[in-house]
Amino acid sequence: MNKFDKEQILHTSGVNVLKCMRCGKCSATCPSYDEMEYHPHQFVYMVEKGDIEKLMASKSIYKCLSCYACVERCPRGVEPAKVVEAVRLQVIRRQGANHLTPDDIPALLDEDLPQQAIVTAMRKYSK
Amino acid sequence: MIFSYYPGCTLKNKAQDLDRYARLSAEKLGVALEELEEWQCCGGAFSMGRDEIASKLASVRALNAAKEQGRDLVTLCSACHNVLKQANDAMANDADFSLRANNYMQLAAPYRGETQVIHYLELLRDRVGFEALKKAVVKPLTGRKIAAYYGCLLLRPSKVMGMDNPENPRIMEDFLRAIGAQPVTWAMRNECCGGYAVMEDRGLAAQKSERVMDNARDMGAEAIVTACPLCLYNLKKNTLKEGRLPVLYFTELLAEALGVKD
Ligand code: SF4
Ligand code: SF4
Repeated sequence: MNKFDKEQILHTSGVNVLKCMRCGKCSATCPSYDEMEYHPHQFVYMVEKGDIEKLMASKSIYKCLSCYACVERCPRGVEPAKVVEAVRLQVIRRQGANHLTPDDIPALLDEDLPQQAIVTAMRKYSK
Repeated sequence: MIFSYYPGCTLKNKAQDLDRYARLSAEKLGVALEELEEWQCCGGAFSMGRDEIASKLASVRALNAAKEQGRDLVTLCSACHNVLKQANDAMANDADFSLRANNYMQLAAPYRGETQVIHYLELLRDRVGFEALKKAVVKPLTGRKIAAYYGCLLLRPSKVMGMDNPENPRIMEDFLRAIGAQPVTWAMRNECCGGYAVMEDRGLAAQKSERVMDNARDMGAEAIVTACPLCLYNLKKNTLKEGRLPVLYFTELLAEALGVKD
């Protein structure tokens, strides 16, 4: 277990993972549930346990839509999306770990694609 | 009534209708929207990392520019609105972030979240007033059954957005009533269309958008309105052609009702 990763993720997210009561409501409401190997409530307790490598290696970090449903509906105010975001940041902040680069963009364009989609994806998937 | 106005990058490009109809309607309603002289893209999404500083400075600059003009700041795109309100909240309430951002920017006076950010819908509800709007309508959309689509960014996180009840909102429905239309009751109005995941996994966006479209249609809507260019794109592009309802910006219906749609 990499203690630095856990500390950094807790710091970046600002989330108190100990508040989670493991009710699973965040995952039940998550629109990306079916696409995720690890679900929002698992992000919270796996970070608590220090089980970070698995999360960092998982494609789940690219499947969160940042829809804030889990943030809004968690009865304990844990804000699981912030943990997902912090794990993803921990990955893409590393040199050469960008998940999306400007070179990937031309192939994804069509005549109606809003700029918003491009800038948001760049913000979420690359540093 | 004069407001500072932040259009954002998409409204200058693919979502020009959202912007144009908003300006035409505001003029008709006696509201002056003055675009900030200099603004940069908000980045589309608020980085939830508390130690992400640089990626939020464009928003803080826009907020501070409005403060220097002594005006409230009107936004229109759901994403810009979400980002600016969250950045503003962080400047007001996250002392560490606020200190760092101010240290970078060295503004004439430190910015601490003084600007009030209001969405165009809030402008209509709280400043113009839906009653006054109703009186200004010249072509009511009588009998038109419309599904108001909030998506995710307009309402959440509600403790920061502060716009409406996140699970049972009514601002868009009240807006539709004010312009004479009939809002449809439907379950998916505040669920996500798939958003920017379209760049990563078009199938995921298609699945989410189809559920939204199906629900609006099943509940008898003839069209869907939104304030978000990405919702509009996903609902128009990533749904099955058969049974696809028209998807419009709410400002287009507003301009129509006010008789200023060209
Ligand atoms: S909804 Fe909140 S309390 Fe329940 S499992 Fe998710 S993070 Fe934990
Ligand atoms: S913000 Fe991400 S993790 Fe939370 S409900 Fe939405 S998609 Fe799921």
